This record gives sequence, structure tokens and C-alpha cells, in this order.
Amino acid sequence: MEKENKTTGIVVGIVANLVMVEVNGPVAQNEICFITLGDERLMAEVIKVIGKNVYVQVFESTRGLKPGSVVEFQGHMLEVTLGPGILSKNYDGLQNDLDKMEGIFLNRGEYTDPLDRDTKWSFKPVATVGDEVKAGDWLGEVDENGQPHKIMVPFKMNGTFKLKEIAGEGEYTVDEQIAVVTDENNNDIKLTMVQKWPVKVAVGGFKEKPRPFRLLETGVRCMDTLNPITEGGTGFIPGPFGTGKTVLQHAISKQAEADIVIIAACGERANEVVEIFAEFPELDDPRTGKKLIERTIIIANTSNMPVAAREASVYTAMTIGEYYRAMGLKVLLMADSTSRWAQALREMSNRLEELPGPDAFPMDLSAIISNFYSRAGFVYLNNGQTGSITFIGTVSPAGGNLKEPVTESTRKAARCFYGLSQARADGKRYPAIDPIDSYSKYLEYPEVQEHFAKNISEDWLQNVLDVKDILLRGKETMEQINILGDDGVPINFHETFWKSELIDFVILQQDAFDSIDASTPMERQKYMLSKVLEVVGKKYSFDHFEDVSSFFKQIINEFKQMNYSEFKNDKFFHHQEALEKLINERAN
Amino acid sequence: MESQAFQKVYTKLTNITKATVTLKATDVGYDEIASVAGRMAQVVKITGEDITLQIFEGTEGVPTNAEVSFLGRPPQLKVSDELAGRFFNSYGDPIDGGPEIQGELRDIGSPSVNPVRRKQPSQLIATGIAGIDLNNTLVSGQKIPFFADPDQPYNQVMANVALRAKADKIILGGMGLSNDDYLYFKNVFDNAGALDRIVSFVNTTENPPVERLLVPDMALTAAEYFAVDKNENVLVLLTDMTLYADALSIVSNRMDQIPSKDSMPGSLYSDLARIYEKAVQFPSGGSITIIAVTTLSGGDITHAIPDNTGYITEGQLFLRRDSEIGKVIVDPFRSLSRLKQLVIGKKTREDHPQVMNSAIRLYADAANARTKLENGFDLTDYDERTLDFAKEYSDRLLAIDVNVDIDTMLNISWGLFGKYFSKAEVAIRENLVEKYWEN
Repeated sequence: MEKENKTTGIVVGIVANLVMVEVNGPVAQNEICFITLGDERLMAEVIKVIGKNVYVQVFESTRGLKPGSVVEFQGHMLEVTLGPGILSKNYDGLQNDLDKMEGIFLNRGEYTDPLDRDTKWSFKPVATVGDEVKAGDWLGEVDENGQPHKIMVPFKMNGTFKLKEIAGEGEYTVDEQIAVVTDENNNDIKLTMVQKWPVKVAVGGFKEKPRPFRLLETGVRCMDTLNPITEGGTGFIPGPFGTGKTVLQHAISKQAEADIVIIAACGERANEVVEIFAEFPELDDPRTGKKLIERTIIIANTSNMPVAAREASVYTAMTIGEYYRAMGLKVLLMADSTSRWAQALREMSNRLEELPGPDAFPMDLSAIISNFYSRAGFVYLNNGQTGSITFIGTVSPAGGNLKEPVTESTRKAARCFYGLSQARADGKRYPAIDPIDSYSKYLEYPEVQEHFAKNISEDWLQNVLDVKDILLRGKETMEQINILGDDGVPINFHETFWKSELIDFVILQQDAFDSIDASTPMERQKYMLSKVLEVVGKKYSFDHFEDVSSFFKQIINEFKQMNYSEFKNDKFFHHQEALEKLINERAN
Repeated sequence: MESQAFQKVYTKLTNITKATVTLKATDVGYDEIASVAGRMAQVVKITGEDITLQIFEGTEGVPTNAEVSFLGRPPQLKVSDELAGRFFNSYGDPIDGGPEIQGELRDIGSPSVNPVRRKQPSQLIATGIAGIDLNNTLVSGQKIPFFADPDQPYNQVMANVALRAKADKIILGGMGLSNDDYLYFKNVFDNAGALDRIVSFVNTTENPPVERLLVPDMALTAAEYFAVDKNENVLVLLTDMTLYADALSIVSNRMDQIPSKDSMPGSLYSDLARIYEKAVQFPSGGSITIIAVTTLSGGDITHAIPDNTGYITEGQLFLRRDSEIGKVIVDPFRSLSRLKQLVIGKKTREDHPQVMNSAIRLYADAANARTKLENGFDLTDYDERTLDFAKEYSDRLLAIDVNVDIDTMLNISWGLFGKYFSKAEVAIRENLVEKYWEN
């Protein structure tokens, strides 16, 4: 869609950020344009065309805009700029570098460069002259915060090329030429470290996208143990406000075993992003010893920033993720919250006076969400290396009702469901992931089961399924006790109930604000689960139902002290001994 | 209404609805304000030469030949130190009989703060109310509403919080405030000798509802003046945001927009976020903290207004009448301050987080025991103890008439733990129990 002469137009109508433009030439759906308003240029995107009238959504406030203002169309869709230097940047939804903006307030019409053009990167070639190369193939690499950042043949280049020249080892800026390739017609194409890609189109350039099979450790027990997510998997976290979505998301983004973490703060609270800005530069990444911020990219389009840019922000984040995946890296993408993105779609659909679907959301909401989730995944690259994007989105269901359109549509798209429960949050049982309703489809994948058997233990899967059964039985028993009364049921009902409480308190509940308990490595999860199952598997004798709760409360207390202690240090074993003593006194 | 020389005056309205008028005009900017038959109006839609104006006072009695002049600017407020101690209407005109304000004109509804320029809030706001300070600690730069039924004393609690919070300025944005409540605030602030720290923008129930839409922006423009220009800590009180949202739905309805949940406009989330996100800690030391009121109908928090609010604000405070002790308490289950983690155990004593959680867990156990009791089941010894604990906890800590410092609140909690429970039942980290347990 590149054009020789730029199409122009003039503004003829304005309703909030929807502007109607009369044009004098061809325009494309989703084409970017700039509206002139005094000295300012406001960026906008085409969302509907009727004859000569083009409807554009403006990524800024339209205050003061008048009919007759000149509009210039750019001939391309919304693009991101890809190259070294993206890591640890803070962008807005349109990939403007927020740190480069002047002043405390966001100025309308201020667009900043996503890359640092003056920084020199030490480049090492990995391809050799004469190689046949295709889009996405690696030509060289630079070191970006300790990660090998691959310089690739731009994704936009179709066909096969011959590498004619490649720069030698040395220091280059992103705009310096690092390679020349020739196409089939013997035309030379000069390449730098920078390329652009339209965000709404999925990046290809890989060989194969198999079903995900490897566990992605998050350190959150009720995910890793009970409902694991895989490298390249998709999951979503719906929950009413106040149930701990954001705390959980932050915990995952701090602890997960990923090379790159991208956080898309999409229409959420600014102070939550500030928390990341403040904490991540201080926190260590336990795997590399570097600071967490060095592996993190933040796309901040908070709730008070323009709504159209909010819609763009998730796509910007995904495209950057795809770029790093193509380098053979493990990317974790978190979007908080996809409901705000859906609401942005609704606001525009409403202004366009489209016939609404359920709850006034656009009719194609479900398709848009599925399409977006499908961009995540585990891939084999052309050179046999692997890369992945694991995507976890939060959903903020209106009124806490999981039957609303965004939750329903997401349920169809995502493979893991981590439903946050109001009742658990009220009881301060955090993380409030409902152990009964939540699921991970990956547990059913034979390739995932095989991975568990090989990397954790042969009986791991069975243990996990047993735990789920115990929790379900516990819930059923509790309901019966509530109906029949404490002394209206046999004592072993109480035992069943308290065994599920034990699992709840020791495995499911986790203190995200405690330095030790916050993150549990898989080895420790395995140890604790087998200890807990050992206790649960024993038979005990009780004279009275009240003895059951007081016994299990003591057990739970010892286990919790273990969770608060360094793994296998003196204190840990001290509490374990106390625990074993308690059990031996009571067990049959 | 101000007028300018050589201004073009239009006198032909083509359409009139209950809240809007349409006319043909040129060279008009979006969001610009205009005067229609002496009433203030704002451009809400431009289609070619057809300009639609929303008239804040309503269109009753507006003739088709009304004089319309455009002012070429968005709504503005004059800001200066003279604002302090004054009462204004929704347009920023004095209503206290005092002189006009001299100062700099600022557009209301200014741009957002760049998120990377914000500072992380870290200053605790002590209110003396344990239901807030102990369980839902407030931090400067936070935004938090009271979710309350209309018959609850939210305005009284809010006034108390405002006066104890030691803010440099308190800005009251009253929307649909009854005249009695307006006078209540005026008296309370006056009696506390705090009137010189207060700026009020008030739309009472006697004023047209659509005018309310200007109040939050007026209040926040004044707040930004004091917080940014003067580096002051500003507390903004917005009551009642439900009435603000109702006004939004009236306008969107008049403009034929498709309503989403509960007849609210589809943009409700963004509209509310734009206001609440003005709460900020500036790097230069100034801050804006917003405490709002969202009234509920029949306690229903799934309604679009409280629901969207809850997703935007950093927590919410619920008031509830506790029949056991006959007092209004801050409900520990449904209330939440999201920013408390930034200060509890850091700016307050180390045992604060665990004491808070254990007390609430035990209070929850008491609620379960009460359910058992109501269903006619026998209570265990533990149940009995939780009930006794809950009553004393409610009376000595949760009630809104409590006024003590945070260390005292913690000591009271430990006292209650020791009185009613064993160490295992309280289940707090061992080193804290060793240090603070009272027998």
C-alpha cells in the first residue's frame, strides 16, 4: 500500500475522537494520517470509509479542532519500530518513548523516537556472505542487556535473498548499514539494524508452531502445581475488582522463567505502572543476577490516556513480543486488562453508530480476541531454534459476572483459566484463584504429561490430579457440614474437609509480599506437595470433631512456618520435625 | 457570561432537544464553549456546518432565534491563591457573595500526567479511624471512594478524614449536594477553623443536573494549581460521583448514543478514569489525593457505576451498621486500600501487615460462626471465642468513632489476640509473636 503521492483531505465532522475527513484520493483501511491543528499534528487511524468520507479515530484529544483542518495520509498502517534498545524502555500504546517526552504532562501531538539513534552497539555477524536468506533469518547479533539481540532480515521482505555484504565485528549505531542483500532480480537492498512492522498483522518468519509442551515456571504454586501454563501457552485471569489480579500479574512478571517480559498496562491505573517503574530497577532477576527492569519492556497506556491508543497498545506489545520470539527467546507477555481494550473497541463502535452486539460491544469482539490470542505460541524458527510467546491477559468482568461478553470470548481463546473468586479474596485467601473452577487444558496434553514425567517425576501428574480431587471432596463435605451441622456428620467428614483446608493453606495460599514465600521454585513445590500428600494420606483417630480442626490448625501453622523459611535451612527442618512429631502422635 | 467585541452572533437554531441545540456556524472548534441566550454551552458535535451544543442549564425556554456567540476557548477557571476559602458554582463563579477572583485563566480538563514522571506514593495519611488506618491505610496520591447507601453517614466520615488528614488544601467538589449537606460541610470546616484551606465547587440539587459535569474538572484544575505550582498536598473530595455519572447518561441519551450496561454510556470507564487518574504524587513534592463518594442503590456494587469505579480507584471503603455494637463500622471484608502495601510495615510498625490479616481472618471466622448460630447449630468453643473477639474488635477498632494512632491500634489487636486465642490460632510469623504477644 505504499503510494507515490500522499492522499490528503480536510476535516468535515468531529464527535469526540472520531473525525470525519473528506479525501481527494485513495486511502486504505487502518491507514495512518496526521491532522493539522495549529502547530500540532494529531495522529489518527482510518476505521471506516464511505465514499469520499473517511472516518478516523484520533489517538489524541480533539479539543479545539475545527472543520477545514488539513489531513495528510501516510500510506501505511500503524507500525512499530524494531531494533536494539527496546529492552527496559517505557512506551505508550503507540510506542512513543515516554522518558523522552518533556514536562510532567503529556503534550498533545508529541511523538518521540522509540529507539536511541546515537547509541553504538557492538555487532557480531552470524551469517556469511553468499548465504541464502529469508525474512526473519539472523544476520548478526548485538548484546542488549546481556541478551543476544539478533539482527534479522526484515520481516517485510518477501522471497529469498543472497547475502552480498555483511559488516564485520565492530561498533555501529542502529541506522548504520550492516548488510547488503540482493534479490532475485539482482537489485541490492541495504539493511540496517532497524525495521518496521504493522502491529495489526502477525509476524511470520518461523517454520512451525507445534503444540506447547514445556512448563513455564512462575513460582506461583497454585498455577505451577495445580494448573500449569506452558511456554508459548495462553491463559487469562478474570476477577472482580479487589480480588488481586494486579498483584498476581506483578508476581508472575517478576518471577516467571522468561528471557523477556513485556507488560502492557492497557487502560489500567497509572500508579500500578509507577510501582513497576519504581520496583523493577531495584529487584534482581534470580536467574541472571541482573536487574528485572533489564529484561522488561513496559507499554503504558493507562486509563486516562487516549482511548484509541489503548486499543493499539496490546498490538504494539504483541508485535514487540513476536520480534523477540524470532530471536529464539522466551517471551512472556502480560496484558492488564484486555477488558479495557474491548471497551475501547466498544467506544469507537458506538461513535460509528454500528449496530451493537451483547452489552453494546461490537459484534466481532469474539473474533478479534481469538485472533489476538492466536498470535502467542511456541515456534521452531527456520534455523531450528525455538522461541515462544506466553500470553496471560487479565479480564475485568463487569459486575464480577463471568458470563459477560469479554470473559466468554476470552474463554474460547485461552487455554488456561485462572478465575479469581470474590469469596476467597474476602477470606484473604490469596492468590484468590478458585481451585475448583480454574483449569489448565495443558494438563491434558500428552506432550505436557511426558514433560512432567521426565522433568519433575513419574507420579507428578497423578499427585496433581489427586490434589484436585481432595479439594473438590473438601468443598462438597463443607457444604454438607453446613447443612447438617458440625455434630450432624461423622467425624471423618471433618477430617476430609480439613485435609482440603491443609492443601489450601499450604499449597494454594501464598504471601506475595513475603520475600521467601512469594516465589516457590519447582523443586520446592515438588517437595512441599509430597510432604502435604504424605500427611493427607495418613489415617488419624479423633474423639471429637473439635479435635480435628485444632489438630489440623497446628499442622497448618507448622507448614506455614516452613513456607516462610529458606528452603531446607535449620528453621525449615525444625518446623518439619515439629510437624512429624504432631503427626506421629495422632496417626494410626 | 462574558462577551467579546466584534463577535459573530448567530440567531438561528435549527434543532432543540432537552439538553442540546443545533445551528449552522463556521470556524468553530471542538469542545469550545458558547453562550446561548446567556446560558453556557459547549460544542459536542460538528458535522460540516452543523454545530451541536450542549447547554448545561438545559434548554427550557430557549427560542429558535436565541443569540448564540462562540467564545473560541474551552471552559476555563481563574486560578490564584485567592481561591482559598471561597465557594464557587459549577462555572467557577463565586457564590459566597465575595469578589471575583483575580488570577491566571487555565483550561479545565487538562492533559494527563506522563506516567514515567509520577512518583510512587509513599506518604501515609493518618485519619485516626482504625477501620481505615489499620485495615485500609490511605496514602497521598491515592484515589478511593466510599461505597455507601444514601442513608449512611459518608459525608460526615469524609469531612472527618479531610480535617485529620493534614492536607495543605482541601477541595470540595459537590455534585447534586443537598443544600443541607452543603451547609454541613461549610459549618464543619468553619468550626474547625479550616476554612482558609478549603476551596469548594458546588452544584446543589437546586441547580440543573448537567452542570455537574463541570464540577470535577473545576475542582481538579484548582487542585493541580496548588499541587503543581505551589507544591502543596491537596485533598480533593468528590461527592456524589453517582450523580455525576447520572448526568453523563442524561447527555449521552440526548445525543442518541447506544447505551451499554445499566443505561450508562459506553465510555463511562474512560470518563470516570479521566477524573480519578488526576490523583498523583508529583516529583516536586505536591500531590493530589481524591476521596470520593459513590452512592449505591440497595448496596448493589455490580451496577455499572460502582463497578467501573472499583476498577479505576485504588480500593474502596464500605460503611456498615454493626447491630452487635450499635455503631457504624468500616466493613473489613469489602473495604480495600490498594496502596496500603506501600506503607504498612514500612512507614508503620513491622507487625502491621500480619496483625491486620490475622484479625480480619478471625473476624471472618466469627461471621461463619454467626451463620451457624442463625442456622440453629451448636457452636464450638472456638466459635464462641471468635464471636466475643469480633464484638470487641468491632467496638474498639472498626467503629468510625475511633480516633487513636496506629501503634495503639496494633497494641489493641495484640491484646485481643492474647485475650481470646492461642498462638497457633492466630498463626503469625514466629519472630513477631515472640516480640509482641500479650497474655
